[in-house]
Amino acid sequence: MEEAYDRGVIEDFGRWREFSAGMWAWVFHKFTGWVLVGYLFVHIPVLSTALVGAETYTATIQGLESLPIVRVLEVGLLAVAVFHIMNGTRLLFIDLGIGLERQKVSFYASLLITAIIAVASVPTFISGVF
Amino acid sequence: MWFLQRVTAVFLIGVLAFHFFQLHFVEHAADIEFAGTQARMQQPFYFATMVLFLVAATFHGVNGVYNALINQGLDGRARTVVKWVLVLASLGLIVQGIRVAMAMAGVHIG
Repeated sequence: MEEAYDRGVIEDFGRWREFSAGMWAWVFHKFTGWVLVGYLFVHIPVLSTALVGAETYTATIQGLESLPIVRVLEVGLLAVAVFHIMNGTRLLFIDLGIGLERQKVSFYASLLITAIIAVASVPTFISGVF
Repeated sequence: MWFLQRVTAVFLIGVLAFHFFQLHFVEHAADIEFAGTQARMQQPFYFATMVLFLVAATFHGVNGVYNALINQGLDGRARTVVKWVLVLASLGLIVQGIRVAMAMAGVHIG
């Protein structure tokens, strides 16, 4: 992406009133992307306890999973991942020239599917910790 | 780079969904023990998929960060420095991830 399209700086927070659906899709995709890559750089160090030994690995994962805050954050992570997947699929189709005229509807559908999957996953994530 | 970002995207859509489903809904994350992880990672196809997952996710994520920073106006010398910091961070993460994957599978070299 040598010559980026000038969308301005999203950190100019006052601009949010001007945002259209496509701009929100871009902002959410960027935000969820930062969260996912940040998580990846935490995930590998946590799993690195496997290098210390089997007991350390098991104790670390089960210890983290015993914390209610971790379970809540996992629901958040799932929501972030599902949105990034849904909106990413939308972007791939748009890149192929499919559905450009329906890009607003497909963004709203991405949000709706994300919300449904996140809410439906809550019982699985919180079971046994509260 | 533009094309690679799309190719890794297609791969990651499937594998990330599988990864989340497998380790939170099929297996419950709270019940994970090293023995179970080892049994999964000793299957060659699963091992290869996870290593490819690591490489694709690292490339896609770090290239996404780099593109986002360029979009924010990163330029000139700072851009070159940031690029190489990101390349080194990516290589470090991939090397560490492969070491972890090998330890999980019980493979030792040397």
